[in-house]
Amino acid sequence: MLEGIGILSLTIWVPIVAGLLVLFTGSDDRNADGQRTLALIGAVLGFLVAIPLWTGFDATTSAMQFEELMPWIPAFNIWYHLGVDGISMPFILLNSFTTVLVVIAGWRVIQTKVAQYMAAFLIQSGLINGVFAGLDGILFYVFFEAMLIPLYLIIGMWGGPNRVYAAIKFFLYTLLGSLLMLVAMIYLFFVSGGSFEILEWQRVGLTMTAQMFLFVAFFFAFAVKVPMWPVHTWLPDAHVEAPTGGSVVLAAITLKVGAYGFLRFTLPIVPDATHQLTWLIVTFSLIAVVYIGLVALVQSDMKKLIAYSSIAHMGFVTLGFMLFNALGIEGGLVQMISHGFVSAALFLCIGVMYDRVHSRQISDYGGVANTMPKFAALFMLFAMANSGLPGTSGFVGEFMVILGAVKVNFWWAAAAALTLIFGAAYTLWMYKRVIFGKVANDHVAELQDIDGREFLMLALLAVAVLAMGLYPLPVTDVMHTSVNSLLAHVAQSKLIP
Amino acid sequence: MNMQTLYLTVPLAPLAGALVAGLFGKTIGRTGAHLVTIAGVLVAFVCSLLIFQDVLAGHTFNGTIYTWLTSGKLSLEVGFLIDRLTVVMMLVVTFVSLMVHIYTIGYMHDDPGYQRFFSYIALFTFSMLMLVMSNNFLQLFFGWEAVGLVSYLLIGFWFTRDTAIYANLKAFLVNRVGDFGFLLGIGLIQAYFGTLDYAQVFQAAPQFADHAITLLEGHSWSLLTVICILLFIGAMGKSAQFPLHVWLPDSMEGPTPISALIHAATMVTAGIFMVARMSPLFELSDTALSFVMIIGAITALFMGFLGMIQNDIKRVIAYSTLSQLGYMTVALGASAYSVAIFHLMTHAFFKALLFLGAGSVIIGMHHDQDIRNMGGLRKYMPITWITMLIGSLALIGTPGLSGFYSKDSIIEAVQASHLWGSGFAAFAVTASVFVTAFYSFRLYFMVFHGKERFHNAHPAHCDVEGDTHGHHHVPHESPWVVTLPLVLLAIPSIYSGWAYIQPMLYGDFFGSAIVINHAAHPAMEELKSEFHGPAEMAMHALSTAPFWLALAGVLSAYFLYMVRKDLPEKIREKTGILYTILDNKYGFDRFNDWFFAGGARLIGGRLWRWGDVAAIDGLLVNGSARVVGRIARISRELQSGYIYHYAFAMIIGVALLATWFV
Repeated sequence: MLEGIGILSLTIWVPIVAGLLVLFTGSDDRNADGQRTLALIGAVLGFLVAIPLWTGFDATTSAMQFEELMPWIPAFNIWYHLGVDGISMPFILLNSFTTVLVVIAGWRVIQTKVAQYMAAFLIQSGLINGVFAGLDGILFYVFFEAMLIPLYLIIGMWGGPNRVYAAIKFFLYTLLGSLLMLVAMIYLFFVSGGSFEILEWQRVGLTMTAQMFLFVAFFFAFAVKVPMWPVHTWLPDAHVEAPTGGSVVLAAITLKVGAYGFLRFTLPIVPDATHQLTWLIVTFSLIAVVYIGLVALVQSDMKKLIAYSSIAHMGFVTLGFMLFNALGIEGGLVQMISHGFVSAALFLCIGVMYDRVHSRQISDYGGVANTMPKFAALFMLFAMANSGLPGTSGFVGEFMVILGAVKVNFWWAAAAALTLIFGAAYTLWMYKRVIFGKVANDHVAELQDIDGREFLMLALLAVAVLAMGLYPLPVTDVMHTSVNSLLAHVAQSKLIP
Repeated sequence: MNMQTLYLTVPLAPLAGALVAGLFGKTIGRTGAHLVTIAGVLVAFVCSLLIFQDVLAGHTFNGTIYTWLTSGKLSLEVGFLIDRLTVVMMLVVTFVSLMVHIYTIGYMHDDPGYQRFFSYIALFTFSMLMLVMSNNFLQLFFGWEAVGLVSYLLIGFWFTRDTAIYANLKAFLVNRVGDFGFLLGIGLIQAYFGTLDYAQVFQAAPQFADHAITLLEGHSWSLLTVICILLFIGAMGKSAQFPLHVWLPDSMEGPTPISALIHAATMVTAGIFMVARMSPLFELSDTALSFVMIIGAITALFMGFLGMIQNDIKRVIAYSTLSQLGYMTVALGASAYSVAIFHLMTHAFFKALLFLGAGSVIIGMHHDQDIRNMGGLRKYMPITWITMLIGSLALIGTPGLSGFYSKDSIIEAVQASHLWGSGFAAFAVTASVFVTAFYSFRLYFMVFHGKERFHNAHPAHCDVEGDTHGHHHVPHESPWVVTLPLVLLAIPSIYSGWAYIQPMLYGDFFGSAIVINHAAHPAMEELKSEFHGPAEMAMHALSTAPFWLALAGVLSAYFLYMVRKDLPEKIREKTGILYTILDNKYGFDRFNDWFFAGGARLIGGRLWRWGDVAAIDGLLVNGSARVVGRIARISRELQSGYIYHYAFAMIIGVALLATWFV
């Protein structure tokens, strides 16, 4: 138990303080270069302070590590309680890494209100780390809600023409979901004898009725975030309107918060209800893979296509969690991390083209490989990763979940494995129409290949995608103990009459 | 150098070449790119030879290189299994790849993507080697998909051609349909065996021989039948078996060297190799073997028919490849795994030779691929002519040449099989002999003999960038980098059957790498009892049907395309419907485009417009927003600000309350 400022606090507050500093430099865009540099320093620092989480992590215990405990609102027994296990720790690193990328991605593109833009991302990064590290229900809830605000602003201020509709839709959808969760938390506060400790809630016995209600409340909050079919329609709109950086954070991190909620709240707090309603989540997950896969096929807007592809890929995550075996849950977690890399990369690729042509329509492109060969090669790698090609990170999670699913139900696995065909179809068909072919128009003919900045951010992701595809062992090794302990916990009924 | 280092060197040397040529292609230039990749493949070939000797001396290896991932009790690894089956494949792959690398120097000489091409084919060699050297299903799948990726990249190598980028997408997706089955098969193995390691699975397999699983209520299947058929669906994609064959003819859009390497000699035989490797599983399921045999027989016969009417030199050979892959598959179904691998090997030599020869003809013809525009080329391209003649003779099974020994063994093995469907398979492979001879020599006569038709050819086919040579179209022999591989491939096309049939088929060459239940599947035993040396086999063939069928095929081709050249046109007119069916390739392409591609787009569009846009967004999301808005508007009306409205409401309220309580 650490007193004072620990590593987790640093991962939360370093980006937030950096963001506030950037904000205080004022809204004068003539200082933009300084503001950008400051933001980059903040983001890199935020990543550096997170690295000890990985290097100092003890993979042999499922107990919370790097814990910090301080009273916050003693009157209600609310604590500033932080800690991570093998399930949450990788996401703090992923988030901190992504923050560096989005700062680089917004470097040249954002020319107005630069300070606010950079500050929003930095503050959001700290808040998201808080979500993954928070072990007090209320603390978690505050971070969970607060992280919406910067993203709302990012979409609403730097977004496309329909940004206000998208921002409000996004905000209401996710807010409505989480209000129910607040009610559930207050209920748990009372039944647990006045505690907001998440770990305490995981131990408290509950009746089936209570579990069912809690399940529904949590389900709404997390399913909207994942997003699961049928509460997914905010995501394509939000992506289409968001600036590139917003899409990257949305896809790479925000969606993971919902899936993380399933593992931290739903499964361990209401295991009996979860077992009862497995069929429901599995059905939604498989609909996400099949239905959304087909919907993605017909999209004419590249961002919408990748947004739908995200929903399909997240379907694997929720499916994996509902298999209640190690392959399923670890596969889901690996898929979450991989999707963080791959979808971030794809949105960055679309951003690279959008910055030049100012269109996201597939039909406005064709033959980009002729003028941007380096870009085409990197884009190919990410497209293949999105299609789940072995050797890339995109394969690992899907493979594990499918293997895990065959054990439980062959037909679930068969439906999920359709992604081999659908995923390749929508991704590579888009790639073909955009990248291959003869130069389609003057815009494409005038394209300049990626510059050093763009190469850097895509190359970083390419390395991540390949490293995780060729050698995923270090990532899964971190998770084993925590996942096994979760599985043991979920296998035990906590039903009380 | 110890053996493990040697094993590692085999795949890593081509990989290193691929990376250098791919990432630093501009720096090292064209010569640098081909030197570094050829060096890589040469090293792999030499190491394979050393390993081959070592394995012949009785040393096999089965071990892990590194652990890829662990989860629960499952440990997934990357590792090598080096036994006699593996080394045969390693030698075939590295040898053909080396020939193709050298050949490419000449073939791709003027192409702006020279370095990229070398990088791809070296990467392919790496992937294929990882596939054949694997000791577990995970790495098999890795290699399986990786060769698919390189195939995709190479078919679409000329990415500005619409036909090429259509073909490569099609190839990838059709292969993914196969992989869908393959992956589920692997999943079932993992679920029941708890491991993906070959040795452990094969060891445990007999215990599951009678294990039944229920996939649908009330229906139970043998576990191993389901697994084997699912795995074979993967092979149907990769080895282009009916009905997943549709991608292979289109793959001819890729440059010719890769048609030889990937789409004839190596990658498409991965499915054959896989089934042979899985012989301990397939031997336990007669149903699966029957399925394999029937699919192979359909492919062998019906794809051969299509080759008879093609006019593109590469497509004729492509359909021939389909048909020959069908032969190999039939052999697998008859439990003659070693014969399938034997035919795989001889076919790799003579089919790579034929493709590379075709490429040489295409260079000579200045990138015209239509055989109707050729004729009389033997005068201008003597080396190409002789080597292609050797290749064609080997293909049709001329006694004494390599193809004869492997193909005749397949026909005999099928005749000895007692499985359901073996009668049809025996008919199909025998009838295909005529078909093979006919299309092979139709091609041969039209290209190398007869009238010189290239004078009236139009330069319409010159769609390769920068290929507008100013001079008129007189064919010429290709440079030595092109003809040398032809000669080097012609040599094993001649002798490899004669020399290797005895050890490979009857000398227990494969040892424990291939498992056969001789009691139930006696084909190999019967073949062995009838075999009395290669010379006797060749003599004996003269009195069997296949030889005369092949001769009849050659003579028919000669008659139709050398003597009565007006007849083919008349036959075409007379057999209108039949010709149309063949010309449309039985309608598979059109059906797939309409039903699968169109259907998926249609359903996707409907789901999107009706599901997402109308039902969820229109009704639920924006609908509830509208409801909230309407309620708000109504409640706004209530707060009008007029005292008398409020007073009136109060009076009504008091009155209601009074009635209620009093």
